[in-house]
Amino acid sequence: MSNHRVAICGVGQTERYKTKLSCSLAGLVREAALNALADAGCGWSDIDALIIGKAPDMFEGVVMPEAYLAEALGGVNKPVIRVHTAGSVGGSTAIVAANHIKSGLFKRVLTVAFEKQSESNAHWALSPSMPFRPHFNSGAGGMFAPVIREYMRRSDAPEDVGCQVAVKDRLHAINNPHAHLHLPDIDIDTVKNSPMLWEPTRFLESCPSSDGACAMVLAAESHADTSAHKPAWVHAMAMRSEPSFYPWREEVNPEASRACAKDLYAQAGITQPRKQLDMAEVYVPFSWFEPIWLESLGFAESGQGWRLTLEGATSRDQGGDIPWNCSGGVLSSNPIGASGMIRFAEAALQVRGMAEQRQVEGAKRALGHAYGGHSQFFAMWIVGSEKP
Amino acid sequence: MDIDLDPIEQFDAPIYHRYHATSSRAITPFLHAMKRGELLGHLSTATGKVLFPPLGACPESGQATQIPVILSDSGTVIGFTTVHLPIPGSKLVPPFTVANILLDGADQACSHLISECGINAVAIGMRVAAVWRSAEVWNNSLENIEYFKPTGEPLVDIDILQQQCLAKAEQRKEPVKGGQNA
Amino acid sequence: MREVAIVAYAQSPQVRQEKVLNEVEMLMPVIETALTEAAMTMEDIDFVCSGSCDYIAGGAFSFVGAVDALGATPSKMESHVEMDAAWALYESWLKIQAGEISSALIYGFGKSSVGDLPDVMSQQCDPYYLAPLWPDSISMAGLQASALLATGRYTERDFAEVVVDSRRKAKANPAAQLSGDVEVDALLTAPYIASPLRRHDCCPITDGVSVLIITDKSALPKAKMKPVYIRGIDHRMEAHQLGIRTLSESSSSTQALAQAKQQAGIEQFDIAELYAPFSPQTLILKDALGLDNQVAINPSGGPLAGHIMMSAGLDRFGMSFKTLQHGEAKTALAHATSGPCLQHNMIAILEAG
Repeated sequence: MSNHRVAICGVGQTERYKTKLSCSLAGLVREAALNALADAGCGWSDIDALIIGKAPDMFEGVVMPEAYLAEALGGVNKPVIRVHTAGSVGGSTAIVAANHIKSGLFKRVLTVAFEKQSESNAHWALSPSMPFRPHFNSGAGGMFAPVIREYMRRSDAPEDVGCQVAVKDRLHAINNPHAHLHLPDIDIDTVKNSPMLWEPTRFLESCPSSDGACAMVLAAESHADTSAHKPAWVHAMAMRSEPSFYPWREEVNPEASRACAKDLYAQAGITQPRKQLDMAEVYVPFSWFEPIWLESLGFAESGQGWRLTLEGATSRDQGGDIPWNCSGGVLSSNPIGASGMIRFAEAALQVRGMAEQRQVEGAKRALGHAYGGHSQFFAMWIVGSEKP
Repeated sequence: MDIDLDPIEQFDAPIYHRYHATSSRAITPFLHAMKRGELLGHLSTATGKVLFPPLGACPESGQATQIPVILSDSGTVIGFTTVHLPIPGSKLVPPFTVANILLDGADQACSHLISECGINAVAIGMRVAAVWRSAEVWNNSLENIEYFKPTGEPLVDIDILQQQCLAKAEQRKEPVKGGQNA
Repeated sequence: MREVAIVAYAQSPQVRQEKVLNEVEMLMPVIETALTEAAMTMEDIDFVCSGSCDYIAGGAFSFVGAVDALGATPSKMESHVEMDAAWALYESWLKIQAGEISSALIYGFGKSSVGDLPDVMSQQCDPYYLAPLWPDSISMAGLQASALLATGRYTERDFAEVVVDSRRKAKANPAAQLSGDVEVDALLTAPYIASPLRRHDCCPITDGVSVLIITDKSALPKAKMKPVYIRGIDHRMEAHQLGIRTLSESSSSTQALAQAKQQAGIEQFDIAELYAPFSPQTLILKDALGLDNQVAINPSGGPLAGHIMMSAGLDRFGMSFKTLQHGEAKTALAHATSGPCLQHNMIAILEAG
């Protein structure tokens, strides 16, 4: 392994992840980038390379948009790379950026992930009518609903676990000025009474369609002290992929998820994630994915994840021991391509003590997680307040 | 000059591209079989599993599949959802139920519609059979089956079904002679 | 820097239209050929990275299906760039430098024949000012060619000579789509399609896939084979708006070359494989890279002989690898490009091991 440590010394997000008609795509990404540079205490000329991520180009209708966006992001005369790994892309983009630093060849890089779903129809792009196949496709919600139902069958979890997650994450979001949804009056009944979309998933158990960008400045150890605030340090990174469909594929607790977490924890020396991590930002686009990932990521035994949710263990507001998604999570903001990077960045803000109203007091180590495709692409990192 | 102009926040710039897709080595025979009213799957010799509909690759092994297997038009629901919102570009009128149906003899479930029963009656393990459109309108499409309907047989325990299928696949598996995973 | 070697390369035939096979069906045998060449199996591969474009395939998430060709059970460390697969190679090379992996399989694929590639690529432009005008990629290359003519450095005859040279060299490349003996004077009688470009000045629409394998020197496969080392590699972006750039030059290529030379400590090349999809771009690149007549340009025939969009850049590495492996040269420059009119350029310096 290389000895080059990776510091996160700047995080920037767009003001609020709601539909943003007042700016162009370039304006959107630039806002996040400028915020990240300001946090990092450096300027465009201090950046050695630009790493851009977003989900399918059909979400905005711009083919390979890094060519168009390079100028707005100070990419001219620099190496620029565009990552696309479906929903996990925000996370995998951060990992590609971190590898630039870890290689020892770059001192400071800017990474930006975004989606501006208001510029096209993401639901259309997610439910393509493909030649030679009947069009039974019904978007991400339709794809994940049978997985949720299968989790419910196996775990025998009470029916309102999903509603609890939906309430918990929306209450967390009130503390996050960037969150798309601010629903201070939400409660279990509001969620239960919201329209059923893809049974068993209700409207308020689903993520919104958001516009937004998230950016980070990553630096080598020698260049990590420009920010007014202390940096976060990358302790571990991992990625895994598996095919979308194959006979009897384990879809609730995919092998790729388990393998990715195993690799990650081994790097960081973690054997008991619930005890050894202080918080986690995990990609939960539909409420039931909280208990699903609690189990897959080793925070709970198989079939027991929902108990943590019901006990309030994942709620910061209830003083839970392992708060999940203090930012409000994907359920409160989902600019798809950026969502993974927001998870990674929020984890970094927490261990830097910069998460303001959503701060988990004394957070020293945090997990950032993203997944995509048919629960088949995974990207994760663990960041810490101290050097690894 | 008037600088108090109304902001222009959005304008429409529709993008239309025309594509001429070809099917594929695996999908073409499947589509021809559909026109005859036959459900054609592929046996993966690497895993012994039967894939339906065949896409040409056995994703588990990365090997091409070519051995045809004709499947029954009845099967078991192993997952489902009822969709209550309209899907862009789709002619389906909500609510409609889409299920992952494991055809008898197959190992890979395929997506299709469930009808002729109440939404709340659909269950994991439910036995279903195809309802075909009339033969005159058959085309090269899985949509020759209009939907699947319950057969009334008792529910199947899908965990046991999985074990049975995997045991059969193990017997069909051929020893690896070479290839990328040899 | 770690020493990274190319150890295998395989490519499907570069055909005008693949009417039978889909992308996964095209990919499976080529992956197998590359692994066999390196005497490796998928289990020996630490990381897989690919390059492709949804708008070429005509559907979102087109790369997802390609994972079916990998046999990724158990799961693999895998990633994807929505760029030419040369950038997937760059990502893999960085991962080796970071000490995260010691081997990687890289693939690129595209069936440009299914859509209208020049129109599709017009939608890569600024979506507010440029894309609504549908500036197709051939017209934009025509603008660039005009700018080059206006400098007085070259004439249309020089463009045609690039084509004659490409077709002649491609005779030795069985995968080439266009090859043979053509005459400059005959070419110059062809009508313009976007003046000063004629059809032969443009790369042919091509369907195909390519696969390349790299390893850290410490993890060279046991097969009796000659590795080719990547001694230096860098890539640089230019401004997007065509009006801002000096289209008759390629400053980012010059810049990337300087960086690559610094890493490699190598100044001279025997051959250069240039990803110039339009003939005048070969001349622009030759000048930007300071390539004199001692350097054999595109021994494979280059993209004018066959152009798998999203893999043509990776193919420049692969073609250089083949030439160096056969002992026909000792050092090579491999170039890849992305974006309209050579907006983004990658340069690598390769050396036979």
